[in-house]
Amino acid sequence: MTEPHVETPATGPVSKLQAELDSGKFVFTGEIGPAKGTNVEKCLHEAEEYLKHTVTAVNVTDIQTAVMRTGSLSVSHMLTDRGIEPVYQMVTRDRNRLGLQSDLLSAYCLGVRNVLALTGDHVSMGDHPDAKPVYDLDSVGLLEAMSTLERGSDMGSDAKGNPNVLDGVPRFFKGCAVTPCTEEVEPQIIKLEKKVQAGAQFVQTQAVYDPEAFERFMEKIAHIKVPVLVGIVMLKNAGMARYMNSSVPGVFVPESIIQRLVKASKDDKQKVSIDICGELIQKMKHCCQGAHLMTLGWDHCVPAIIQAAGLA
Amino acid sequence: MIVADRKKIPEIRDMIRSHKRVLLVGCGTCVTVCLAGGEREVGILGSALRMSLKLAGCTVAVDEYTIERQCEDAFIDALAPRVKEYDAIVSLGCGAGVQTLAERFPTTPVYPGLNTQFIGILESQGVWTEKCLGCGHCRLGEFAGVCPITRCAKRLLNGPCGGSREGKCEIHADTECAWQRIYDRAKALGILAKFDAIAQPHDWSTGIDGGPRKVIREDQCIAGMGPKA
Repeated sequence: MTEPHVETPATGPVSKLQAELDSGKFVFTGEIGPAKGTNVEKCLHEAEEYLKHTVTAVNVTDIQTAVMRTGSLSVSHMLTDRGIEPVYQMVTRDRNRLGLQSDLLSAYCLGVRNVLALTGDHVSMGDHPDAKPVYDLDSVGLLEAMSTLERGSDMGSDAKGNPNVLDGVPRFFKGCAVTPCTEEVEPQIIKLEKKVQAGAQFVQTQAVYDPEAFERFMEKIAHIKVPVLVGIVMLKNAGMARYMNSSVPGVFVPESIIQRLVKASKDDKQKVSIDICGELIQKMKHCCQGAHLMTLGWDHCVPAIIQAAGLA
Repeated sequence: MIVADRKKIPEIRDMIRSHKRVLLVGCGTCVTVCLAGGEREVGILGSALRMSLKLAGCTVAVDEYTIERQCEDAFIDALAPRVKEYDAIVSLGCGAGVQTLAERFPTTPVYPGLNTQFIGILESQGVWTEKCLGCGHCRLGEFAGVCPITRCAKRLLNGPCGGSREGKCEIHADTECAWQRIYDRAKALGILAKFDAIAQPHDWSTGIDGGPRKVIREDQCIAGMGPKA
């Protein structure tokens, strides 16, 4: 294996994200989605301009919503080149265990340390509905695969049936997702316990708009000792909020928030949206360890959201 | 059982329009039970095809014949003497039936009249649903008798994804979330604690991903002859 160009100690935090969460600081992460096409400069520029100095790490989505685009690994690597720490999102929809493990080793060689294990939206939701989904592993299986690589082996075995031995061993800061405000929360918690058992060290949640429901969820997972970054998705208008209520499972936007967006004038919408995010963080920061900001293209709002949350 | 449904008439017509004499062959087993390829359906297809061919200006003679089972050579014996009178066959068996006929009659083209769908059940009148993928390594004992490999769109083995909503799957509003079913049933059976353990990744090598499969039962093979290669 090529020597990784990011020096990683044998013990202790492998990334800034891990170190800051370990320190007890309230941590922000952001998110970018690579382009459909080779013009990745725009998302890299936005990350440099608005995220580099405001958030600890930046998630790079992996063919999100099953819409084909430039991959998460290359853009994660390009972020490290620009001094921005990536969270490499990895879905199990498009690669089998050979591809996933190989890409994990590649990610390590390219200086990527934070990896978020996800299953990924089904291909029927995206722009290639005829594609064959893979799902060789689920997100728990992917976390286990990462932990196995960190132990210096892989999921396979040699001709005699003995575990394979890696020539060079990676270390990751391993993350997972959870949907805290779904109507049936117990199966989500059972699954989260398994993700942590499989090696997950941090959690980024699905969008939350109901601080009370989130707090109840956090009480239920008090026994799970990993940092949780609450998911904050910017609502660009009332239509988007209603769409999320009708079509995005596990997301509930209260009517009071929708009304604020309805009443906001066109020029005021972005400001109202920023204020909503800031208030949500203020209301939830006491029961979680950070916030994952998903601005859906409004990256320039990130500094203002952190300001509105009173955490700038 | 194997569930199938019939192809559209124009598709079948276009497969056979260049032939002179075509025999439609039904199957008396699974596809009769699921009302796709039994004697009755062969009769209906025969009438519809003759009409469609005539409207398309094709002179193709279409006859009908149904045997008990297309997927076993012994049952094809009854059909064999008639086949030489035809220059093509349309099988209303499942994919296994079509291929068994094709092997038996190497000089006669055999076309599929059905789309073979899945191994499933009759859920209600006129509705069949998929229950088994035939993965070669049954794990229903681990999942409270509900198969996530077949019934979860993402084949998840450790719990629902975030797309489960009111017990339904994110891909179709009328598709049940397999994990909601597993969870409800495990709760009712008082075995929810079993699900604290991580389910190991599936071994796909026993399924179609490991290549075409074969079951050999030595105890059923004819003594001295061994399994037929």
